[in-house]
Amino acid sequence: MKTDSPTPIVKLPVLRGYTKEFYDWCHQRELRFQRCQSCGTWRHPPRPMCGSCHSLQWEWAPTTGTGKVYCWTIVYQALDPAFANDVPYAAVVVELDEGPRLATWVTGIAPDQLYVGMPVEVWFEDLSDDVALPKFKPAEAH
Amino acid sequence: MPELTDLRDRTCIVGIGETAYTRGTPKSALELALAASLGAIEDAGIKPEAVDAVILPAGAGSGGTAGDFIANFGLPDLHYTTSLQEMGGAMCVSALESAAVALVSGIAHYALIPLCSRFYSGRKARQLNSDPGTGLQSAETIRDYYAPFGVAAPPQHYAWMAQRHMQLYGTTHEQLGAIAVAMRKHAQLHPNALMKRAPITLDDYLASRWVSYPYRLLDCCLETDGAAALLVTTTERAKDLRKPPVYVMGVTSGHPFPPHDLPNRPDLLKMGLDFCAPRAYAMAGVKPDDMDFAEIYDCFTGQMMLQLESAGFCQRGEGGPFVENGRIELGGALPVNTHGGLLSQGHNAGMNHLVEAVVQLRHEAGTRQVQDAELGAVTGWGGHGHGSMAILRR
Ligand SMILES: [Zn+2]
Repeated sequence: MKTDSPTPIVKLPVLRGYTKEFYDWCHQRELRFQRCQSCGTWRHPPRPMCGSCHSLQWEWAPTTGTGKVYCWTIVYQALDPAFANDVPYAAVVVELDEGPRLATWVTGIAPDQLYVGMPVEVWFEDLSDDVALPKFKPAEAH
Repeated sequence: MPELTDLRDRTCIVGIGETAYTRGTPKSALELALAASLGAIEDAGIKPEAVDAVILPAGAGSGGTAGDFIANFGLPDLHYTTSLQEMGGAMCVSALESAAVALVSGIAHYALIPLCSRFYSGRKARQLNSDPGTGLQSAETIRDYYAPFGVAAPPQHYAWMAQRHMQLYGTTHEQLGAIAVAMRKHAQLHPNALMKRAPITLDDYLASRWVSYPYRLLDCCLETDGAAALLVTTTERAKDLRKPPVYVMGVTSGHPFPPHDLPNRPDLLKMGLDFCAPRAYAMAGVKPDDMDFAEIYDCFTGQMMLQLESAGFCQRGEGGPFVENGRIELGGALPVNTHGGLLSQGHNAGMNHLVEAVVQLRHEAGTRQVQDAELGAVTGWGGHGHGSMAILRR
């Protein structure tokens, strides 16, 4: 199918299995990750077994949605044409206060203002009817 | 009870073959892989029919399937085949490990390791994320968890590691640049290097455009087409062949945790090579200081610097100062990637690193020969940080 849109659509995750469940929670404005129900270890990306205790019992445990900047890259060449209008943009790894990390964006701030340990909080951007992406912004002062 | 050291010096690389590395080719991957394989077989001086193991680093993505090699070489009785596709660029050194295991066990006698990469004409790494059919977890992690945020290709997610290293240890752009410049210098001395006539200075490096900070264009490997192959056999059989054998003293593989995702590693900079390098030295019975040269997987400058640390040539965090002042150049204390590497020779997923190590240990490297080279290390890196290491001697 050809699209007339001048900007190719951002690549969407394939909503299957655990990935569908992860993004379904995002769609409900909740950032949840798998947590082992036997030993409490968090894990991401999702998978069936706890690598610490080998339990298959787990839950989608809620997070506070707050965390810190861990590292980043600033993309100048949009290898994916869907991002041609966004460059330069920072693709950031954020570490949630609960421990899991994820690739995301920190919005509302210039890439050169990022620093390691910067406090951030999640917000959700609707990308389609089914998919909301967890993005972050500088946290309000505590 | 078998010991790790039982594999030491039990197998040898006895044949190498390599096509030109080019941007664009009229030949199919299978044609290129067969040409390189025939080169390795003739270099060893055996008949093609003697090959009874085909180790395919990238499975069918190596250029052909085991069936293709049986059909085209008329192999009468293939005993063994396997693939290391999930390991990405670590797969070639790991293929040498698989060959060693199969040969020492007696399952097979002559193992062929072919690999054709068509990174210029074929599908590029940046397009992996849109491929629904690879079945590789690392690719699915990119597709589902990185690509929606504009992180779809290695220079982007591998840049996270380089940025972290700079933050933690003060590594500088000039230090990354020293790697790019050294690789380009070495390529000037190799007739089969894509960049043999394109020297660069540190100023050229610093002026090259950003791709994904802290990576500039000249931090990134080339995308080329070409094939290479190794022929491996047991030490006993190696003695009767055409060329002096290159002994596999140690060869190991290692994996980061979790393997398919970068952000959730407890230590982002700890990768497969951190696990397998100590085992490689233990198997070989030598130390990093004993190496006369190293061929380090250089998909990006920062990944090479990290591997110099993981392979024990310097401590974690010291990779930046280590690569300065010509230490990794020919004539320096540890010449690295004497062929120009993926950054300046061509990108054949590290098969070219193994070929170069053999050429150096045969003392056939001409103007880029490391004088009196006796021992060399080769590393592999790929698929989000799987690692492998070979220690070779003449
Ligand atoms: Zn557990």
